[in-house]
Amino acid sequence: MTAKPKSKPLKKTLPLLILAGPGLLYFLINSYFPMFGVFIAFKDVNYAKGIFGSDWIGFKNFTFLFQTSDAWIMTRNTLLYNLAFIALGTIVSIIIAILMSELLTKLYSKLFMTGLILPNLISMVVLSLLVFAFLNADSGFVNHSILRPLGIPEINWYSEAKYWPYLLVLIQIWKTAGYGSIIYFASIAGIDKSIYESAKIDGAGKLKQIRMITLPLLKPTIIVLVLMSMGRIFNSDFGLFYQVPMNSGALYSTTQTIDTYVYRALMQLNDIGMSAAAGLYQSLVGFALVLTVNAIVKKVNPENALF
Amino acid sequence: MIQTRGERTFTVFSAVVMFLLTVFAFLPFLLIVIASFTNETTLIRNGYSFFPEHLSLDAYRYIKSSAYIFIRAYGVSFLVTILGTAIGLLITSMLAYPMSRSDFKYHNLLAFVVFFTMLFSGGIVPSYIMWTQYFHIKNTLWALILPNLLANGFNVLLVRNYFKNNVPLEIIEAAQIDGASELRTFFRIMLPLSMPVMATVGMFMGLAYWNDWINALYFVSKPQLYGIQNLLMQLMSNIQFLNSGQAGNVLGAESVSLPSTAVRMAMAVLGIVPVLFVLPFMQKYLTRGVIIGAVKG
Repeated sequence: MTAKPKSKPLKKTLPLLILAGPGLLYFLINSYFPMFGVFIAFKDVNYAKGIFGSDWIGFKNFTFLFQTSDAWIMTRNTLLYNLAFIALGTIVSIIIAILMSELLTKLYSKLFMTGLILPNLISMVVLSLLVFAFLNADSGFVNHSILRPLGIPEINWYSEAKYWPYLLVLIQIWKTAGYGSIIYFASIAGIDKSIYESAKIDGAGKLKQIRMITLPLLKPTIIVLVLMSMGRIFNSDFGLFYQVPMNSGALYSTTQTIDTYVYRALMQLNDIGMSAAAGLYQSLVGFALVLTVNAIVKKVNPENALF
Repeated sequence: MIQTRGERTFTVFSAVVMFLLTVFAFLPFLLIVIASFTNETTLIRNGYSFFPEHLSLDAYRYIKSSAYIFIRAYGVSFLVTILGTAIGLLITSMLAYPMSRSDFKYHNLLAFVVFFTMLFSGGIVPSYIMWTQYFHIKNTLWALILPNLLANGFNVLLVRNYFKNNVPLEIIEAAQIDGASELRTFFRIMLPLSMPVMATVGMFMGLAYWNDWINALYFVSKPQLYGIQNLLMQLMSNIQFLNSGQAGNVLGAESVSLPSTAVRMAMAVLGIVPVLFVLPFMQKYLTRGVIIGAVKG
């Protein structure tokens, strides 16, 4: 303690700032620099002139974008898929959690849980191959081993857009429901067992206990998780909508989301303006949604608000 | 606890349904494992099946014969996963530590800076232009490590909350009264006391790197830099890619053609195997509740 009192604050904060330095620098580069780059959406980007030298064109990129049917299709798809994922995903996850907590031995629930989270750990590329094994037209399991023996005409899955809303919802639930049930499982495990005991003494059967005890006590968790996913309703999993349908052009009407559009406009059509405009549209609406949802959570359950 | 008859029925019902769901989760994996061991002609003639007529090791033999491509891809994936996770874990925890110190003047400011990145993003286009035009990472190993995956707000807050809730400020103060510097306190006290959260976050990061194919999709066009996922992706769209090397005729002159379908399935199996080692740990840490309720406050 030889340092003079005056230099003490700096001596105390500097080492901590140094520790924070590399991480901060990373966030600055990876997240904040691109935020300042949103002006690109208002430019007619020309690499020869450079990003900063390109001409300003105001809202032209946006007016072009919203004149196409693409804007409507990708917004509709993104929203509807997310709503389906949230609704079905929540229900299936809760059912799994309730059933799992009924199992008497720890070993079983562990085994089942391990099995159920496996789908969540694989990459979208591997997932797309799993799907391909089932759906490919000539030798896929569904056509070859289910439809053909039943005498149902085979389906060319990768060129029939109408089936994909069901397929993608099924695939997403298959991949995420087990993992999603963990948090509900933990909430159920945290419920005081004596409540069930007294309900039992009062003659309540299992189903009644679930309806009258488990579900009401899960309600705060459910509300918060649903609201939080509502905040991300403008975002989609790029891999699910790009790689799983094998980037098949015939399927765009039901598989195009904002994220796949941004990728295709930038990397395949080389249309930087459209891509940047769609990206900024997604970021801004997404930001507004998160703020709104947080305000709602704050009203419903202040403890669970994000900020 | 004595069970009534109704309860016993419900327990049995739960066990049966859970068993069926687990089988449902597992079947697709079984199908591709079996397909990877199926004879190519059988696969084409009879389709994918759980009970193939003829088994064969051709796919794996083929992979072995063009091993250099697969070993290189595995190498890239492992290298990127290990480097990315190590650096990422280090900078994530180093940033989380000052944030967890309520006696540190800027801890709230840091928390806001990190948190805001979870709310708003500049989008892909500015990010793509920045990485390619100003950092020139295209077709380098850095393209697989740096963009997006190295650290994220969720993980930083997770670690911050663990530090805050599990290591009391008194321990840190005691260490510093004993003359330990901040660096020493962090590495010798904070980290050793926080192994569960380090393991959890490390696992998340490792999985994200192992499973990533999007960075390469944007930034890498050289096949030499493809990890296992992107090699798999390339094989899906173009199995002939394998022939670009000398791998073509290794199976012998009489072999009909390369077992392209089975090879794809075998590749997928090889991509999943490393993930299987993580699975038991994942289950352990997740149920221990490191994550649950952790991203708050």
